[in-house]
Amino acid sequence: MNTPDNAVEMRSISKGFNGVPVLKDVDFEVRKGEVHALAGGNGAGKSTLMKILQGVYQTDAGEILIDGRPAAITSIQDAKSAGIGMVFQEFSLVPSLTVAQNIFLAAEPTARGLIDDREAVRRAKKLFDEMEVRVNPKAEVSRLGTAYWQLTEIAKALSQNARVLIMDEPTASLARHETEALFELIDRLKARGISIIYISHRMEEVYRIADRITILRDGRRLLTEPLSSVTPEQIVEGIVGKKIEGQLAYREREQATHDGVPLLEVRRLTSGSKVRDISFTLLPGEILGLAGLMGSGRTELARTLFGIDRATSGEILIKGKKVSIGSPRQAIAAGLALIPEDRRAQGLVLEHSVRDNLLLPLLGNVSRGPFLDLGEGKKLSSSLIDKLAVKVAHPNRPVRLLSGGNQQKVVIAKWLGTDPEVLILDEPTAGVDIGTKSEILDMIRDLASTGKSVIVISSEYPELLAVSDRVLVLKEGSIIQDLPRGDIADEESLQLAVQGV
Amino acid sequence: MSKTAPAATIEASATPNFGEMLRKLDWRRYVIYIGFVVVFAFFAVLLRDQGFLSAVNLLNIFRQTATITVIAVGMTYVISCAEIDLSVGSTAGLSSVATAMGISQWGLVPGILAGLAMGAIVGAINGGLVSLLGIPSFLVTLGMMGIAVGAAQWVTASAPQPILDDTFNTIFGSGNIGPLPGLVLWSALFVAVGAVVLSRTKFGRQVLATGGNRTAADFTGINTKRIKFQVLLISGIVASIAGMLYAGRLQSGRFQWGTGDELSAIAAVILGGTSLFGGSGTVIGTLFGSLLIGLINNGLILAGLDSSQQQVVRGAIIILAVALARKK
Repeated sequence: MNTPDNAVEMRSISKGFNGVPVLKDVDFEVRKGEVHALAGGNGAGKSTLMKILQGVYQTDAGEILIDGRPAAITSIQDAKSAGIGMVFQEFSLVPSLTVAQNIFLAAEPTARGLIDDREAVRRAKKLFDEMEVRVNPKAEVSRLGTAYWQLTEIAKALSQNARVLIMDEPTASLARHETEALFELIDRLKARGISIIYISHRMEEVYRIADRITILRDGRRLLTEPLSSVTPEQIVEGIVGKKIEGQLAYREREQATHDGVPLLEVRRLTSGSKVRDISFTLLPGEILGLAGLMGSGRTELARTLFGIDRATSGEILIKGKKVSIGSPRQAIAAGLALIPEDRRAQGLVLEHSVRDNLLLPLLGNVSRGPFLDLGEGKKLSSSLIDKLAVKVAHPNRPVRLLSGGNQQKVVIAKWLGTDPEVLILDEPTAGVDIGTKSEILDMIRDLASTGKSVIVISSEYPELLAVSDRVLVLKEGSIIQDLPRGDIADEESLQLAVQGV
Repeated sequence: MSKTAPAATIEASATPNFGEMLRKLDWRRYVIYIGFVVVFAFFAVLLRDQGFLSAVNLLNIFRQTATITVIAVGMTYVISCAEIDLSVGSTAGLSSVATAMGISQWGLVPGILAGLAMGAIVGAINGGLVSLLGIPSFLVTLGMMGIAVGAAQWVTASAPQPILDDTFNTIFGSGNIGPLPGLVLWSALFVAVGAVVLSRTKFGRQVLATGGNRTAADFTGINTKRIKFQVLLISGIVASIAGMLYAGRLQSGRFQWGTGDELSAIAAVILGGTSLFGGSGTVIGTLFGSLLIGLINNGLILAGLDSSQQQVVRGAIIILAVALARKK
C-alpha cells in the first residue's frame, strides 16, 4: 500500500463548512517529479483541497502522507516544513518591501545577529538566474508589474526548499514569453524531482505542461488519468458535467442596424505615456476586442474612458455628443460601466453581502424619499442574481465566501443593473472556470444584441476571437491595427499582430 | 407585501430549517448585547442592597453616558469609514467655551451657532486635510486634539466661562421632560437618527462601502473623498453638540470638558461591534457599548472600588469583550 514514489498522498479527505460538505472522500496522489493538473468547476472543491494541503484548513476525515509518511499538517508552518510551497493566485507579498526582502521574509539571512540584506540580494539574484528571468532584487515590489510579483512568489517558494509546489492559475497574468519561460522553469524543477500541482482553466497549458490530471466534480474525485489518455472534450465534460461544443467559436450575430451614429467615439485620447493618441468609434450593438501584451495600455485605456485616470487631451463623444469624463461618476452618468481587472481589489467590497455589493451603484434607484427601500432592494438584487445565474446560498452572506467565477458574476450583475450603454470588461474571465466563462461570453453577446456596445479586454485570444466583431491591437499605448473579425484567420494571426510582426 | 414575496421565497428555500439557521447565527456579532445582559445581571444580584436597580440609579447611568453616546454616534461613522477622530474630546471642550462666550457676548442663539461653527470648522479642517491632502486621520486629528484644547485654554486663560442663560442650561443638559432627563432624550435622538442614516440611506451605505474597500467604492462611482470629508465634518459637529451638553449640564464652558472622551467613544464604538478597520458599523451597538461602559463605571462605584481600581477593572472588561467579539 505504501507507495514511496508519491510525494503527496491524500487519502479519503472530507471537509464541510457549517454542515455543508465541500469535499467527500477525495483521494489525491502526486508523484515525485510530476506535474499534476487539478481541474474542476467553481465550487468543485479544488481550493479547499489545496488549502487543506497547505494547512489553512484541517481535514474532517482522512489522512495526508508526505513521502509515504503520515504527516500532521495543522498549520501553514507545518505545510512549509513538510516541503509544500504555494504560488498564490492572489499574491501574498508585502508591497512596500523589496523583492529580496519578500523572498526571505521571516527567513532572512543574518550576519552577527543582524539581517544581511546584501546576502539576501545575492541569493535572490542566484534564484532568478536559475529561473532564467531578470528581476531586480532591490526593486520595491509595489513598483513592479504583476508578472514580476508572480516570479517573486515562485522564487520565494523555491527559496524555502519546497518539494511540492502548488501553482494556482500561474499564467493568468503572464505575457506569452513569460509563460514560456515559466514552462521551461517548470521542466527544470521537474528534473530536480520537484512535484507541481498545477491548477489552470487553460486547456492547452495543461496539455503542454502536465503529466497527469485529476478532475474534481461536486466535491468528489471524478478521475485521475495521464493526459495522453484523455481528450480535451472529456476534460471539459468532466468539469462542466455536460458536453459543451464550440462554446468558444465565433458566432455570426445579427448585426443591429447601424444608423451611422456611433454610440461611442474617441478622438485622439491621450493620458500619460500609456494611452497615446487613441481614436476609434464603436457602433451600437458592436463588440470591440482590445488585444495587446501586458503593458500595452489596454487597461489604462479602459481606466481613462471610465474617468479613473485623467485624460490629458482628446475627446470622448457619446451618441455624437461630447462628454467630459473626469471621474467614474461622470462616466456612469454618461452611460459607461467598467468591470475592472481585479475583482477583489476593485470590483467588490469583500466583507459586504452579495446584496449590498449589487446595490452599491444602484442606491439611487432603490430610494424612497431620503431612505433606502429595502424591499425594492431585495427584489432588484434577486432579479440580478437570477439574471446572471449567480450561485449564491444566501444574498445576505459576504461575497468573500463565493468562488471566483461567482464573484465575477456579481461584479458583472452589479454593473448590468445600471443599464449601461457601453460596457467595458477588463479580463472578465481571468481565473474563472470554463462553464462560467461561456456564460459570461453569452452574456456579452446578448447585451450587444440589444443594441448596447461592449469593449472586451482579454489576454486569451480564443475568447477574444469568439466574441469580438472587431479587434483593436494596442502596442505601447497606441493602436497599431484595427482588424474586422473577418480579417483575422485564426488565433495565430492575431498573436502575430499583437507581437507587431 | 406581495412586492417582496419573490425575495422572501428565495430566502426561505435557502434556509432549510430553524436549527440550521441557529447554527449559522454568528453569536460573536451579538456579544455586546450578551455582555451587557451578563454585566447587568451580575451587578443586579451583587449590588441589590446598594440600590443598583433603583430607577434613580438606572436613569443616572443613562445620564452619565449621554455625552459619550452622542460623541460615539459620530465616531461610528468615522470608524466605519476606516478613519479615526482623536480630536472629539478637545472639540467638545472648545465648543463649550465658544458657546459660553457667545452667549455672554451676543445671546442665546448666536452662542449656540458659535459652538456649532467651532465644531464645523474643526471637522472641516480635519476632513479637508484627510481627503484632499491624503494625510492619515490619526495624525491630523492627533494634532487637532492639541490645537483645539490649547486654543480653548488660551482664549479663556484656563478660567471657566459661566453660562447664566437658563433657557440654554435647561435645553442642553440640565432640564427634564417629565421623568426623563433632557440628556437622555438628546442621546436617544442622536442614536435614532444615526442608526437610520447609517443603515437606511444612500449616504450610510456609501460610508460603509468606502470603509470596506475604498478602491472598489471609487470604481463604483462613489466620491470617496467627499465621504471621508463628510464623516469627519459630522464627527466635529456632533462633538460640538456634546460640548454644549457639557456646558448646559455644568452651566459653564471650560476647556477641560470632554477631556479623554475620544478614548471612551472609540471603546464604545468598538465594543458595539463596529470594525476598527472600517466597512461595518452599527449605531445601536455603539449605544450598548457606551451603556456597558457606563454600567461598569456605575457598578464599580457602588461596589466601593476607588478610581484606580475602577480603571483596572474597566480596562480588563473592555479587552475581554473585544477579544470575545473578534472574528476567528
